[in-house]
Amino acid sequence: MTAVASTRRGGRATDAGRGSDQASRPGALWVLPAALFFGVFAGIPLLLTAVLSFTQWNGLGTPAFNGLHNWRHVLSDGAVWDSLRVSLVFMVLCWVVQTPLALLIGVWAAGRELNRAVLSSIFFLPLLMSTAAIAITWRVLLDPNFGLAATIGPYIGFPDGNIAGDQHGAVAAVVVVVAWQFVPFHALLYQGAARQIPKMLYDAALIDGATRFQQFWKITLPQLRNTIVTSSVLMLVGSLTYFETILIVTDGGPGTATMVLPQRMYISAFQSFQMGYASVIALVLAALGTALSMLIVRFSGFGKMRSTLEGI
Amino acid sequence: MGDSPLSRRTFLSAAGAAGIAGLTAPLLSACGSSGPSGGGGGGKKTLQVWALQDDGQNPIQQAALDDFNKSSATKLKLVPIPDSGGSTYPDKLRIGMGSPNPPDLFFNWGTGSIQDYAQSGRLVDLTPQLTSDTAWKNSFLPSVLDAGKAADGKYYGIPMRGMQPVLLFYNKTLFTQHGQKPPTTYDDLLNLVTYWNSQKIQPFALGHLDAWPDLMWLEYLVERLGGPTVFADILAGKPNAWSNPVVLDALHRIVDLVDRKAFGTNFASVNYVNDGAGVLFAKGKAAMHLMGTWEYSNQVDKHVKFAKNDLAFAPFPTISGGKGDPNSVVGNPTNYFSISSKSKDVNAALAFLKKEMGSPMYIDKLIKAGDVPAATGLEARLSASPNPEFSKYVYQMVQKAPSFTLSWDQALPHVFTDPLHSNLQKVFLKKMTPEQFVQTLGAVK
Repeated sequence: MTAVASTRRGGRATDAGRGSDQASRPGALWVLPAALFFGVFAGIPLLLTAVLSFTQWNGLGTPAFNGLHNWRHVLSDGAVWDSLRVSLVFMVLCWVVQTPLALLIGVWAAGRELNRAVLSSIFFLPLLMSTAAIAITWRVLLDPNFGLAATIGPYIGFPDGNIAGDQHGAVAAVVVVVAWQFVPFHALLYQGAARQIPKMLYDAALIDGATRFQQFWKITLPQLRNTIVTSSVLMLVGSLTYFETILIVTDGGPGTATMVLPQRMYISAFQSFQMGYASVIALVLAALGTALSMLIVRFSGFGKMRSTLEGI
Repeated sequence: MGDSPLSRRTFLSAAGAAGIAGLTAPLLSACGSSGPSGGGGGGKKTLQVWALQDDGQNPIQQAALDDFNKSSATKLKLVPIPDSGGSTYPDKLRIGMGSPNPPDLFFNWGTGSIQDYAQSGRLVDLTPQLTSDTAWKNSFLPSVLDAGKAADGKYYGIPMRGMQPVLLFYNKTLFTQHGQKPPTTYDDLLNLVTYWNSQKIQPFALGHLDAWPDLMWLEYLVERLGGPTVFADILAGKPNAWSNPVVLDALHRIVDLVDRKAFGTNFASVNYVNDGAGVLFAKGKAAMHLMGTWEYSNQVDKHVKFAKNDLAFAPFPTISGGKGDPNSVVGNPTNYFSISSKSKDVNAALAFLKKEMGSPMYIDKLIKAGDVPAATGLEARLSASPNPEFSKYVYQMVQKAPSFTLSWDQALPHVFTDPLHSNLQKVFLKKMTPEQFVQTLGAVK
């Protein structure tokens, strides 16, 4: 079936390439609102940030051009490299922790039973809460003397509850908080996608004697492939540029153990008032995020927009 | 350091920061020109007075403005600026000051917080006014007035609210029960560390997670060991000022205190802002707490019984052989009002400061709100304070202090804030040696 499907997909991609569909494509005018919105809120700021990255500016008066100074500085700034490392670790851990959880919960929640509906609506509650409220709550929970950390710390290798103060503990804590906050969102994506999978596939598998695990592995997972890519892009790029929770829960500490690159940017801009330097970090982040999503899309075949339902 | 635990920029602002993520962040302040406009056109002028939003303080400021407006052609309007909701007060001030319509008068923390504005000629130099009008100058405590000077040694700010020196709070009930006395010398302090640890009580509460509480230890140790000139040199940017042996000595003492478990073992996870350290202290699990005066109101608000029965305070102990005056203090001298040089009516702004900031009405209102104003001759009037004993103690402490060193993170230029906080945290965690610390800070520019 797979072989047949891919041949057919290939065939159709070629059809589209020949332009047989082009007559029905909407005109360029339709793009205008989106293009305007993107231009005003992303394109122009991005350009201005690029200009700003070649200047020295403390937020007062006129930015003064200083050539490549900021760019050279970023290369030799150990703090930025350290933050980049922390960011990458944080990003990977977020993906590794959140994807399986979100996938399993989403698929489970896709079932129509009442108990699943009730439990999943409770589980999706964190989606409705404000980031700051979540982070402050967790900050208090992580208090080693009176918080949750005091109670569970001894069981997970922190006899004095010193989780947020430990280099690895703090990273783990932040990953857990972010997962708690965002797994519901990704689970929602998977729930929706899993409900789209035609029941006939499972019926056929059942007739062939497939176990539950086999059904999940051979039907659900392949059918969710595009959702996995979407969710992964959102998750990876999202956690690369995310720092609100970290800022409140650990403030980048202990020391700089959880100081991710976006927070470094924020500090450069709004604590040190080095707008030019912060712009360099911002551009690096933008470039990394763009490259990352392009890579994922490229190597996952997502860009070809092949339907996972073809071949049925 | 901020003016009270609630308005500390650390976490409320963090909440606000949530909205700024993304690559356009540095640009937001480029839009500064759309800040609040001057208002009143034509003959009558209206001046904007920016103050940190604070339910307790704003009505007092408003009363002063109302009093002034009664007899002035130019009207002053209070604009309370929240320290949250997108950015911190310093961020918003930066945007306002960078715009064509800066606030005419504005609240600030002195020295470091106004450094860039003073340097770029955005502030009115108040030195000539204070020099010619000695009565006005003498109505403020000299150490407090001086602490707000910019790095160029000129006065740009007039004290406008209470003083917040750092003191050593202790649990007097616990001390009496154990027959101990608060430390007067550093050796006493070390003995107490050993003693309390032997009693399974943490000697000092420390909200390390918020970074700035660590700094109070360094500030006081450096002050006691070397006097105010050590930090004055650092502030003046003198070469090798950071690697002064006094700074190294102080840092080594901090490492020693950590080794002696003076702050317990899990201080790295304890916060101050969300009352982590405060509870530890209030529940008798820690015997002492080095903190700014706001800790007193914090305990009065949150742990009424403890504040009433057990809370006591003492100066930071002396160090034998140290050059610092035992009466000197560190902390946040006060907040200041500064005048923007682009103001539509500098004279009116100046007249306001002269008439109202030392006026009995304003001072009495501050005292009633629990503040200890930086004005001279308050001994008797402080009885009207909700906490007369504490207020009088703080007042006398500052009054007899030969110097009042502003918190380092407020005094130094903004580029130092993060390196100072995160690297000192690393020293406390023993992830960085004192030598590496002074080297790193010495390289910041």
